[in-house]
Amino acid sequence: MCGIVGLFLKDRSLEPKLGEMLTDMLIVMSDRGPDSAGIAIYGTDVDDNSKLTAQSENPETDFPNLDKDLGKEIGCKVSTRIIDTHVVIEMPTDKLEAAREALTIIRPDMRIMSAGDVIEIYKEVGLPKDVAARFHLEKMKGSHGIGHTRMATESRVTTLGAHPFSTGIDQCLVHNGSLSNHNSLRRTLQRDGVVIETENDTEVGAAYLTWKMKQGSSLGEALESSIDDLDGFFTFVVGTKDGFGVVRDQIACKPAVMAETDQYVAFGSEYRALVNLPGIEGAKVWEPEPATVYFWEH
Amino acid sequence: MQTLDLAKVELREVNSTLHAQKEDTNQTSWEVVNPKGSHAIAVGLDAPIEVTIMGSTGYYCGGMNKQATINVKGSVGPGAAENMMSGALIVDGDASQYAGATGHGGLLVIKGNASSRCGISMKGIDIVVHGNIGHMSAFMAQSGNLVVCGDAGDALGDSCYEARIFVRGSVKSLGADCEKKEMRVEHIEILKDLLERSGCDAKPEEFTRYGSARNLYNFDVDNAAAY
Repeated sequence: MCGIVGLFLKDRSLEPKLGEMLTDMLIVMSDRGPDSAGIAIYGTDVDDNSKLTAQSENPETDFPNLDKDLGKEIGCKVSTRIIDTHVVIEMPTDKLEAAREALTIIRPDMRIMSAGDVIEIYKEVGLPKDVAARFHLEKMKGSHGIGHTRMATESRVTTLGAHPFSTGIDQCLVHNGSLSNHNSLRRTLQRDGVVIETENDTEVGAAYLTWKMKQGSSLGEALESSIDDLDGFFTFVVGTKDGFGVVRDQIACKPAVMAETDQYVAFGSEYRALVNLPGIEGAKVWEPEPATVYFWEH
Repeated sequence: MQTLDLAKVELREVNSTLHAQKEDTNQTSWEVVNPKGSHAIAVGLDAPIEVTIMGSTGYYCGGMNKQATINVKGSVGPGAAENMMSGALIVDGDASQYAGATGHGGLLVIKGNASSRCGISMKGIDIVVHGNIGHMSAFMAQSGNLVVCGDAGDALGDSCYEARIFVRGSVKSLGADCEKKEMRVEHIEILKDLLERSGCDAKPEEFTRYGSARNLYNFDVDNAAAY
């Protein structure tokens, strides 16, 4: 099963309400995915600064003095913002990779959820409404966001098995469906040096897209080739710094509904998730075609 | 007119109120407001009543219907009129995947487009789609009529048994064992009646009939190696 929601704002006046609208959509999708929930939110771009969102099982020991410790390690000013089990770490853009490497040494148990100029990913095990409350999702602002409610099929119910998955700088992926060739594809990617942490099928899907893009494909091209290279069922929604994309497999049995107005483009696994959006009565509502890549950009 | 408001009462209460209507009920006209994409609205009805749903619905709207006429003033989610026995479901908007699946009878009208697998395994239902239909429609269809005023997607009528499929526009591809058929007088008559009953002004002569080539009815020993 699993539920996906996504919102890409065209009207900037709605940006302060992005979190509120997405939270409402996410909670409606609880019965499609009660195991875990997550959200990727694209906020404000601060010049010359980038951020990592990281998660820890032991925030009480990992988070104190993290800004000082990491700052000392990479030789610049680092600021942190703690939200429950997650911490958003900001540093100058040119120190992003150094910070990522340093974290594996000074806080080896912490997991990077996302990296980029604007993206923040929050995900945890539990009912979507509880996860949303823990991270105060309804207060978050931004230009676009993607949420996921998971009903686990291919791997255990864990934070790392929750969606969204990071696929690169300012990129993320959520998935409804199940990939059937993820084990062989994981081995292929691992032989090529790609690090995959879990037994989860979607993580392989995310790693596949990252790998394709490292080889020179654009995100659009990587999504196109996923239709041929990934076996199984999928409706994918992807986020980039400026954009938002949707692709479904050829069989298209995993549900998807889209709505577009002058103010936004919205995605829901079911129409129910979209019913409280402003102006939905007059929106263009349609089902994305199978094996077709859709993409919107600011 | 009786009104049931899904913003005020639970879905279960809405459906059980509709189920409580007997054959000879004098409350024949019902309206369901605030559907907001809810699932399973007006499923399992069995009385000659008319129900109008004022908005879009989720999964299985009008499923297993007998006798009732259900109007949807919006679009329907997956599995609309699934396993309908008789009566009618009339959708003003679009229908998601597998509309009319396994339907035994009655009339399903979709005034917009229908998505994939429309009429999958249909067993006697009549389906009229004013717009286009998606891929794998009428897969394993056994009986009944599927009328498409627009275009059909890939693999139309794959592995179908005996249903009649009428398409006015183009067919992206035919499924296994589905072929173009001759349009005879009796087919024009069937089509004329269905188009009239579903409020469509298309002309029967503009349609092409498709159906089973009947090659899959019996095992062909030459195909043994394929298994």
